[in-house]
Amino acid sequence: MTLLSHYNYWVVILLMMVGFYTMISRGNLIKKMVGLNVFQTSVFMLYISMGKIRGGTAPILMDAHGESSETAHVLYSNPLPHVLILTAIVVGIATTAVGLALIVRIKETYGSIEEDEINQIEAEGAA
Amino acid sequence: MSEHYVILLVLVPLLASPLCIFSRNARAAWGFAVLACLTSLYLVFQVWAEVMATGPITYHIGDWAPPVGIEYRVDAVNAWVLLIVAVIGSVVAPYARVSVEREVEAGRIPLFYAAFLLCFTGLLGITVTGDVFNVFVFLEVSSLSAYGLIALGQDRRALTSAFRYLIMGSVGATFIVIGIGLMYVMTGSLNMADLAQLLPQVWDTRTIKVAYGFLAVGVFLKLALFPLHLWLPNAYTFAPSAVTAFIAATATKVAVYMLLRFFFTVFGAPFSFDVMRLDMVLLPLALVAIVTMSLVAIFQVNVKRLLAYSSVAQIGYMILGISFASVTGLTAALLHLFNHALMKGALFMCMGCVMYRIGSVHIDAMAGLGKRMPLTMAAFVVAGLSLVGVPLTVGFISKWYLILGALERGWWPVAILVLITSLMALVYVWRVVEVAYFQEFPHDEDTQEAPWALLIPMWALVLANVWFGIDARTTVASAEQAAQTLMGGAP
Repeated sequence: MTLLSHYNYWVVILLMMVGFYTMISRGNLIKKMVGLNVFQTSVFMLYISMGKIRGGTAPILMDAHGESSETAHVLYSNPLPHVLILTAIVVGIATTAVGLALIVRIKETYGSIEEDEINQIEAEGAA
Repeated sequence: MSEHYVILLVLVPLLASPLCIFSRNARAAWGFAVLACLTSLYLVFQVWAEVMATGPITYHIGDWAPPVGIEYRVDAVNAWVLLIVAVIGSVVAPYARVSVEREVEAGRIPLFYAAFLLCFTGLLGITVTGDVFNVFVFLEVSSLSAYGLIALGQDRRALTSAFRYLIMGSVGATFIVIGIGLMYVMTGSLNMADLAQLLPQVWDTRTIKVAYGFLAVGVFLKLALFPLHLWLPNAYTFAPSAVTAFIAATATKVAVYMLLRFFFTVFGAPFSFDVMRLDMVLLPLALVAIVTMSLVAIFQVNVKRLLAYSSVAQIGYMILGISFASVTGLTAALLHLFNHALMKGALFMCMGCVMYRIGSVHIDAMAGLGKRMPLTMAAFVVAGLSLVGVPLTVGFISKWYLILGALERGWWPVAILVLITSLMALVYVWRVVEVAYFQEFPHDEDTQEAPWALLIPMWALVLANVWFGIDARTTVASAEQAAQTLMGGAP
């Protein structure tokens, strides 16, 4: 029961570890970016999960019949984490764009996006 | 009008940045950049003077009262860091024109200034804000533009080092977001002052301790504390000279400020040092950073890389000061924040001049430069002596307070270690001086002194090194006031 009631958070931890591991272990730069994206997505889910209240609805003023009114009090989920995460998603997209642009330039100058091949080319260049 | 200075100092460079792109003209873009930096410097100076005279300033964005709205809050600590960033930005921007014309493709120069101003905006924004999520947003503004700036370097290795920085920097920023999220779960607030009120009630929960851990690792990555410094040497080595001078003098300093702000203001010194024992983490890492990185610096043949490793060691000194957990230790750290910005800014600007004239910063290529470029190499010697910590330079002032702080805690072996590592700094500075002054210039080409447009900003920083080394009253008073604010004691 307690294990399953935190279902979202287990998914968050799983995604975080998958993304982090991909980022560290893969030599392909594109795969590293994918890992970074999965890692960041897990954090988005963490934020969205924590705003949710059981039985809560969207933060709109409504009366008991579902009509909108200004006096009713309803149980609603906290919208602030969602708004924060909209910002973080934009930041994530910008990071991905910069990362991919760098990968394109790396491919143009090195002719490879495999980290070990790039390291080898750099080592030969330095010698 | 003057109450809006706090927001304007961020907005001016932010709005000037697209102007640089639309102008499509290198000279015009440079003009916008210099103008924006100088305007920011003026505003920062006004804000700093007001904070010093009358105490903290708060500004509510859109007139939404905190903790709901975003609050900008300037006290003695961030006024000090704002001043560092604005001064360095205003010195590097005029310097950049000639240096960048040589090192960056002509078509990309307007974009260079746009990214430069965004980076400047981000660093000022991190420092000025009183909202933890806002810190993250500005952190990414400054980091993303820094990746772009580094990738503009001539050497193709600039691209791979920018990519590595991007991966490690994004992990650091994401860790900071996780920490902020966990704090929000427990308190429901993002405002720093509000968090400082709410956090003590939940100190003993595991969530807050985990949040603390995530924030610590994230910030350590950003400030390149010893085992997490791997992105720094290559990024500094291959970035264009003006970028290295700017980033080395500001980006890691602002990260140190973030550490201070999170762990002293938001969590509070009692939690950091009595509950989490932060000093026991910082002290060994700082000592290892200082010793090993100084040692590594001695054996470098690329002078920019040598200075980059030295930067990691110097960050160790700042962290060492913080680990003393005393007003003297913090004063030393804050003084070194300013002083290191002055000396590393000047040293990397010297490398920019050398790069401009001989197209290399390899130590062998610098043989005999003392005669060919006397003003540049004289600047290197003075700033280098400051790095070592010779009296009459700013380096001496920071080392003095650092040793005072160590003795105050009774850690005399640490004080001795600071002295020994200063000698190691002397070794690596001397290697360059020896090659430049005591070897014959191998080429016949008539290499001349660097142009005045490079020399004047560089010498401004060099003279500041000496000026604040002789008359340290202003800097010490500001740093002490900031340290007392952080420790929570009344001044």
